[in-house]
Amino acid sequence: MALEDMRHPIESGCPDGFQYMHPAMRKNFGQWKYHEHPRPGVLLHVAESGDEIWTVKAGTQRILDLFSLRKLTEIGDKYGEGYVRFTIRSNIEYLLADKSKVEPLIKALEDAGFVVGGTGNSVAMISHTQGWLHCDIPASDASGVVKALMDELIDDFKNCNMPNRVHIATSCCQINCGGQADLAINIQHTKPPKIAHDLVGNICERPTVVARCPVAAIRPAVVDGKPSLEVDEKKCICCGACFPPCPPMQINQPEHSKMAIWVGGNHSNARSKPTFQRLVASGIPNNPPRWPEVATVVKKILNAYKEGARDWERMNDWIERIGWPRFFEVTGLPFTKYHIDNWRGSRDSLNASTHIRF
Amino acid sequence: MAKKIYETPMLDELENGPWPSFISGFKRMRDQHPDQRISAMSNSLLGQLEHSYETRKGYWKGGTVSVFSYGGGIIPRFSEVGKTFSESKEFHTIRIQPPAGNHYTTEMLNQLADTWEKYGSGYTTYHGQSGDIMFIGIDTENIQNFFDEVNEYGWDLGGAGPAVRTSMSCVGAARCENSCTNEHALHRRLVNEFTDDIHRPALPYKFKFKVSGCPNDCVNSIERSDFSVIGTWRDDMKIDQGEVKAFIEAKGRDYVLDNVTSRCPTNCIKLNDDNTLTVDNHECVRCMHCLNVMNKALSPGDDKGVTILIGGKRTLKIGDLMGTVIVPFMKMETEEDYEKIVELGAEAIDFFAENALEHERTGEMIERIGLANFLEGLGVDVDPNMISSPRKSSYIRMDGWDEEAEKWFQRKAEEKAAAVA
Repeated sequence: MALEDMRHPIESGCPDGFQYMHPAMRKNFGQWKYHEHPRPGVLLHVAESGDEIWTVKAGTQRILDLFSLRKLTEIGDKYGEGYVRFTIRSNIEYLLADKSKVEPLIKALEDAGFVVGGTGNSVAMISHTQGWLHCDIPASDASGVVKALMDELIDDFKNCNMPNRVHIATSCCQINCGGQADLAINIQHTKPPKIAHDLVGNICERPTVVARCPVAAIRPAVVDGKPSLEVDEKKCICCGACFPPCPPMQINQPEHSKMAIWVGGNHSNARSKPTFQRLVASGIPNNPPRWPEVATVVKKILNAYKEGARDWERMNDWIERIGWPRFFEVTGLPFTKYHIDNWRGSRDSLNASTHIRF
Repeated sequence: MAKKIYETPMLDELENGPWPSFISGFKRMRDQHPDQRISAMSNSLLGQLEHSYETRKGYWKGGTVSVFSYGGGIIPRFSEVGKTFSESKEFHTIRIQPPAGNHYTTEMLNQLADTWEKYGSGYTTYHGQSGDIMFIGIDTENIQNFFDEVNEYGWDLGGAGPAVRTSMSCVGAARCENSCTNEHALHRRLVNEFTDDIHRPALPYKFKFKVSGCPNDCVNSIERSDFSVIGTWRDDMKIDQGEVKAFIEAKGRDYVLDNVTSRCPTNCIKLNDDNTLTVDNHECVRCMHCLNVMNKALSPGDDKGVTILIGGKRTLKIGDLMGTVIVPFMKMETEEDYEKIVELGAEAIDFFAENALEHERTGEMIERIGLANFLEGLGVDVDPNMISSPRKSSYIRMDGWDEEAEKWFQRKAEEKAAAVA
């Protein structure tokens, strides 16, 4: 096709959400007065004008096939008012001005196999990545881990029995696209990359790969007469940063890429400043199709939190109050030398005081 | 189906249990979708995924694919085992920017589904961790067709690679009583000013804007964006003492003592004997906790605006960084206010483009050069709200002290004069 015949894009960028917004939300934009939480999965927002908007929230499988997506829209047309939105944890929210539609909508969603909940002090839907389904560097799956875990945690999604909300995330490499969470399940590699030396020279831009290493453990080398890269395995921290720019540096390993669990990430400014998650458990096998060992540790931590935290304490607030030694005690998780940070700024994570709980 | 159906004993296990199963969805598409192209693609995808489950390895490789005149926005995926699983051997993801606030009509979702059914696999995610709508699974040939069709009815590609990225904003003023700004307008103004930088990746690395309407920061902007904009207020919070009394009536004084006043990080809220609340607003850090607990009784003040934090990012390469305060407070009402924030965004992107190393994020660059140098580059004055404590190291040359102190006094005098006027 000649260049002048090609269609030029309309660089419209981010669309205006007002055109898809429920009329009651358009009308009362910026004029909301308060909200109530009548039951798990349902929110009622009341505007200064007295107008109400009811929200029914449902969890899905996230990777939506056409049948599931059309089922969701069909339910929205038949039982809702045709307006929906998605939360950042990929739940669907139906917006209703008419209260009488709430119960029939819930029933229709549940009859279709979707799960109403995820509001208030629940275990929210797990935010996750692409995994083996679509990522180019995954050590594990994402959707499968999440499906297996949500099967276990579904009652905590449907009810509000936690001290405060619990955000869980999963990530299938150490880049952690799933993000910070009260409880994060991430991959942790334990062996240096295995290098296909015959491919490096053709596929990888070697200086870029050398520059990518956080500990300067990679250097150019000639192996079997071909330009390649070598890794100082004593320095290597097995982070996998070299793998995306250089696929022949295979970091994923079925046995040695393990699942690790981190807790206490909190993005909100409520009470304390936002916090990063901290390592609590590792060495958990990457065990498809249902990763039962992960669920065991996750449930152990959630039970201890549920048992020990006071109202409104997020995971980080609870641990801050009881202290890390107590956390390891109540969860029964081993404390190892790997829990002691040695990265830059790590001295700030040491206890420079006599504040010790006995 | 002409071709054999791949056995999926491991994936079948993910059809058990009460949570909706994506595997059941894949199988529905394989077994029930009338279009042979789609059912074959699903069968092939299931085959490759089962192979991943069995071998515990991924088999997708990246590449370079985009649409005419753009350089990014597509996540190319070519299968390493495409000879075996040929119908899904090209399985790219198209990132489409969602509307601000993630609002949709069912009609629009159906329209998007119809176009996707024509050209793609039929699999979508609302939304990926980047904030985009993910249209997962399309071959190279059909990308342009799909894009042209959805672009005609109002949708554009999102960011990928070293570019300004798709933004996210909370539901905000559309439904939330704590909203302190027009997240919707801010989100669109910020990214739509930089569409060129979204579509044609040419930065050292990614650059993300995110907008939250209040310090609860529901879109994780401090942790997950290079340029975080968060609504806040600077006058007194509003207290409806009638609602305070009603709350105590329902929950009891102890509940307020245990869960509201004693959880205040600056001890600035006090429960009085007559069941009213007093707040020392000068000490309040706008953490939102008391407003979250007593949302009917307590609400943000009227003098609203935004705080801007710059430099948040995740692990690679130097470790996790939160965004830190660059602008403690900025009004966000007039066209000039919006122009000012867009200008600051442009300055931040320009400085990043010129000074960051390859694959270095803004926060890492600031870590390397020091915040003071970054502020100088942007022409932003220093402010004690930018730090949690002053320096502890004495190893610094300070022969410009007198001038810097003079600047501070001059600025304070100007602020005072402006406040009087």
